[in-house]
Amino acid sequence: MSAENCLKARFNISYPGFNLAVDLNLPGHGISALFGQSGSGKTSCLRAIAGLEHIPNGYLAINGEVWQDDANGIFLPTHQRALGYVFQEASLFAHLSVRQNLNYGLKRAQHKSGIGFDQVVEWLDIKPLLDRQPGHLSGGERQRIAIARALLSQPRLLLFDEPLAALDLKRKAEILPFLERLHEQLDIPMLYVSHAPDEVARLADHLVLLADGNIVASGPLQETLARIDLPPAFADDAGVVIQTILGGHEEEDHLSRLDFSGGSIYVSRQPQAIGRRMRCRIHARDVSLNLERQLHSSILNIFSAQVIAIAATDNPANILVRLDVAGTPLLARITRRSLQHLNLSIGMVLWAQIKAVALFE
Amino acid sequence: MLSEADFAALLLTLKVASLSTVLLLILGTPIAWWLVRTPSRWKGIVNAVVALPLVLPPSVLGFYLLVLMGPAGMIGHLTAQLGWGTLPFTFTGLVVASVLYSLPFVVQPLQTAFSSIGERPLEVAATLRASPLDRFFSVVVPLARPGFITATVLGFAHTVGEFGVVLMVGGNIPGQTRVVSVQIYNHVEALEYTEAHTLAGGLLVFSFCVLLCLYAFNSSVIKK
Repeated sequence: MSAENCLKARFNISYPGFNLAVDLNLPGHGISALFGQSGSGKTSCLRAIAGLEHIPNGYLAINGEVWQDDANGIFLPTHQRALGYVFQEASLFAHLSVRQNLNYGLKRAQHKSGIGFDQVVEWLDIKPLLDRQPGHLSGGERQRIAIARALLSQPRLLLFDEPLAALDLKRKAEILPFLERLHEQLDIPMLYVSHAPDEVARLADHLVLLADGNIVASGPLQETLARIDLPPAFADDAGVVIQTILGGHEEEDHLSRLDFSGGSIYVSRQPQAIGRRMRCRIHARDVSLNLERQLHSSILNIFSAQVIAIAATDNPANILVRLDVAGTPLLARITRRSLQHLNLSIGMVLWAQIKAVALFE
Repeated sequence: MLSEADFAALLLTLKVASLSTVLLLILGTPIAWWLVRTPSRWKGIVNAVVALPLVLPPSVLGFYLLVLMGPAGMIGHLTAQLGWGTLPFTFTGLVVASVLYSLPFVVQPLQTAFSSIGERPLEVAATLRASPLDRFFSVVVPLARPGFITATVLGFAHTVGEFGVVLMVGGNIPGQTRVVSVQIYNHVEALEYTEAHTLAGGLLVFSFCVLLCLYAFNSSVIKK
């Protein structure tokens, strides 16, 4: 990571009931998720990056541009930072129409490069809403407008503070594809604060785990999710994300084949074209282990795997096993009894059966 | 129906009230904004000072203003040195007194309106590159519009209705400081009840209409 292409943030503050001690070094592109329970300091961190809170003796530089360096007396107020901020509640201006809300930031942007009005309206599919008043929109629509408004202010950094947390499942599912599209289309680094494992698994490229104001882990999503030495942040949602490419369709069985470095995963027929990149999330609870290859199993996806590490979970009945499938990490959650019964040890080669996968584009 | 003196008093009242209202908004807006936003420990004191005219008898306020603005008072000394003479018993003095007297009627509705906006719209505007002044005019003023209307109406109506302060500071000089309320007093003193009725009735209807419009407007805003 060169200094020109990354986000560096250093904030240290502590007073009774609150503590934040972070030293972040994040990639200058893609989505970095700040994940943690409420009170872990992720929102405070985001607000400090936006300049909405001034944490003394802090440092913040984004792609070579210093926004805060108190040692040298630098603190840019929020309005002088080229960032876009999407709050948990859409917070549209009630006195302005949707179009005027969108133009508010666009009008004030210093560099009118890149992101055009029509483009953003198309990405977020909000054309029919332009002449409406914010009071007459659904929660999901409002949040789409808020995202579009942030984009139109021509940011060099996009900050999302749990943008889906206030929405019900249906609205959430409605917004996620738009976020995926932004991820695909934009070269702007994004910080995404969330406490929802599914959002993180689906969107993030880089994962920062926060607990009690401290960074527990920070690294590429796939590596970090596969670590079992960390406190069980995801609990029951522990699992890995595998980057795959849609390799082919097997029409007679209505299946699609997803290729990854460790082999192929078969899933029910997907609508996407061959060659499409797909994210595949495999929960540890959906992976079971066998010492011998099951030739007469109904399960399609069976891989030869080596045991790399074994760790306890927050449930004493369960054990988390980290496996290696030809270079790709995989997690399996089994019971303590099975561990003893199979007599598992590190280095052992066995068979992993995958019962279910979740797919994202 | 109205005598020339009544008419002059009416015109003067409107002049004092209009000018005072404009000054009240210019002065009251930053005071209200400061009171809503400041973490300062002076906040309580300033709040109390602004609210004083609500509880003080107007004659008390008028008395102190008379003393302060008179030749021996601090303000009087200053204005004399600046070559403006002293303010009591002048139109200017009357406007100054009116502004102080009606200040809480402008500051308090603005304070309520400003604090009901909350922090969020301002933060959003800041993330959309709006400077503090820009945020005030593009977000706070439009969102606080009902508060501004209430403040304007109350400030104006309250200035029209003042009596005690005027009598203390302004006296009873035709065309200079003799406003409607004083003129009514003059009529009553002279036992001219018919003339007093005309002016008093006019003021009553005026005040009622102003308040009626205000409440009708406010409830329509709330419905919206």
